[in-house]
Amino acid sequence: MSQPRFMIFQLFMRSSRVQKKRAVLTIAAIAWGTLALLLLLAFGEGLGISLQDAWAGMGTDIAVIWPGETTKPWKGLPAGRPIRPRIDDIQTLRLRVPGLIGISGEITSWRTTLTYGEKTVTGRVKGVSTVWGQLRNQIPVSGGRFLNPLDDAQRRRVIFLGTAVAEDIFGSEDPVGKTLLVDQVPYTVIGVMIEKMQFGAYSGMDADHAIIPIRTFYAQYGRDRLGNIVLKTENPAQMKAKLAEVAAVLSSKYGFDPQDERVLGTWDTVESGTIQNNILLGIKIFLSVIGVLTLTVGGIGVANIMYAVVKERTREIGVKMALGARSHWITGPIVLEGLTYTLLGGVLGLVMATGLILLMSLLPTGDNMALKALGKPTLSPAIAATAAGVLGIIGLLAGYFPARRAASVDPAETLRYE
Amino acid sequence: MTAKNPSQPNGAVIHMDGIRKVYDTGKVKVEALRGVDLEVQDGEFVAIIGPSGSGKSTLMNLIGCLDTPTGGTYRLSGELVAGLRKEQLAAIRNRRVGFVFQNFNLLPQITSYENVEMPLLFGGISRRKRRQRVEELLDRVGLGERMHHKPTELSGGQMQRVAVARALAMNPDILLADEPTGNLDSSSGGDIMELFQELWEGGRTMLVITHDAALARRAPRQVEIRDGLVVRDNTNGSTDLMSDSIVDRPID
Repeated sequence: MSQPRFMIFQLFMRSSRVQKKRAVLTIAAIAWGTLALLLLLAFGEGLGISLQDAWAGMGTDIAVIWPGETTKPWKGLPAGRPIRPRIDDIQTLRLRVPGLIGISGEITSWRTTLTYGEKTVTGRVKGVSTVWGQLRNQIPVSGGRFLNPLDDAQRRRVIFLGTAVAEDIFGSEDPVGKTLLVDQVPYTVIGVMIEKMQFGAYSGMDADHAIIPIRTFYAQYGRDRLGNIVLKTENPAQMKAKLAEVAAVLSSKYGFDPQDERVLGTWDTVESGTIQNNILLGIKIFLSVIGVLTLTVGGIGVANIMYAVVKERTREIGVKMALGARSHWITGPIVLEGLTYTLLGGVLGLVMATGLILLMSLLPTGDNMALKALGKPTLSPAIAATAAGVLGIIGLLAGYFPARRAASVDPAETLRYE
Repeated sequence: MTAKNPSQPNGAVIHMDGIRKVYDTGKVKVEALRGVDLEVQDGEFVAIIGPSGSGKSTLMNLIGCLDTPTGGTYRLSGELVAGLRKEQLAAIRNRRVGFVFQNFNLLPQITSYENVEMPLLFGGISRRKRRQRVEELLDRVGLGERMHHKPTELSGGQMQRVAVARALAMNPDILLADEPTGNLDSSSGGDIMELFQELWEGGRTMLVITHDAALARRAPRQVEIRDGLVVRDNTNGSTDLMSDSIVDRPID
């Protein structure tokens, strides 16, 4: 005797049908739950992407060092000495610490007058090395450029403007090629930074600053003590080791305990990036839990309808048992039915979610940071897989428990005439 | 065709020895059967009679392997039905027992054809053989024309005939009928009785539980149950002293 194939499916097709209205309501509940889950996950994903962009706005996997004072005596020298590396130390560090993508010093002139024609504003001007632009994600609007090595070597008076500064001074005019007075000294504008999202900042937002070559800065202001050092390693995992090497080099030159953490204040974005990612993961898990709970309510609806189905079909089940149906031929079709409602609802939810997300992506966010940060909800394959998995599990459970009740039907009891 | 002679058995289909059944409802224990001995030979036609509450339905459930006894031994076609798991009982019901119920118990949403096919499906019979068997059976009960009608489109008598065809589908060792004429008018009931008679004459082992004196009289052997015990077992109309039963005078 060969087992007929697709027995459970055949039996499923021959089961009595549920009331349409009830089935529709149940499917709607599942669709709603799926929609909620997908939208929450999509918002989580979109938020993650925006946050990552925004954090990357300051630069990815960089470290920022700001020199401070010693807090420990070192080789006969007292505590409390300020340590201020100079512009030339960057060259030393470049040679002595291998494995860096780049390292740049940074000196800031905080209240600088910038004058163009009749217009004068007070702004922040920084002297940096060429590589700083790459480290700190300073991308020029097309038609302009960032500093290049010749600018620095020849101490050219060229200036690169943040978005807000450029707009403040030039309005709708194209600043590139125009001459701008920096504390009464003429500079040529070589580029304007593109608009970008930026969450991380240590001395104001990039949109608000103006950048000049660090040697030009020294030539104009006579200051060569660095306010900050920015660096990026070839391998982000090496950041801690490289920071220690930098500290060792500077310690031998300036005489401080390399273990003295207060001398070189450090912001390691590799480390803080991990923390941010964990927070983001926490948010995503929170959103998923809400979504899964919503979907679970729909699943309970399916379980409910299947319990009712089992109750309605008690006699049918008893008859089948009397005719020799095995347990899984009783339970299989019920599980299949529960799964069918769940998956139908799931597909419906997916269609609605896709539609809504498409609609939302058409909405303009304008300059609203909150809207930008909420980002564009994004449906990724991972989200689809998660939703499908959750739906599958809920569907199986919603069918399993009613099916178990069906399997426990006592045919002798059921078939007793009324 | 002649009926098999029960005095020359070619094997006991049912062999019950000291069967007890206790229903434990938690608070009270109800002893439905208190030691029933019963032997039914192949080809016999037995009517089980008794007032309601006598335990005859319980006996029917045990014979049909819908339930298992609390005590005693039961062999169905030589196979010991004790300590068997649900799945094994299901397989036995499928192969060895054909049920006919008072209220037909056809599945209402599928056709006569599909109803009769159901046990064959459970029995793992191939599609081709299933069709052949179902058509043959429905022809046999005179419903070949109504094969694709649903039960709701049939009369009571027709429904019961579909049920008989379904009971015969797997060619069981025994056909077990519980008040098969209870829900039928006298004419349809007569047809079913006629059908049973023919089946028996064709060699089928028949066991009918009934209040219907006329149907009981058709059976050469009546077993009367009362208070969970067999109180009378007369073969071929032999008179019995305890005969105060509903079947007053079985016809020879």
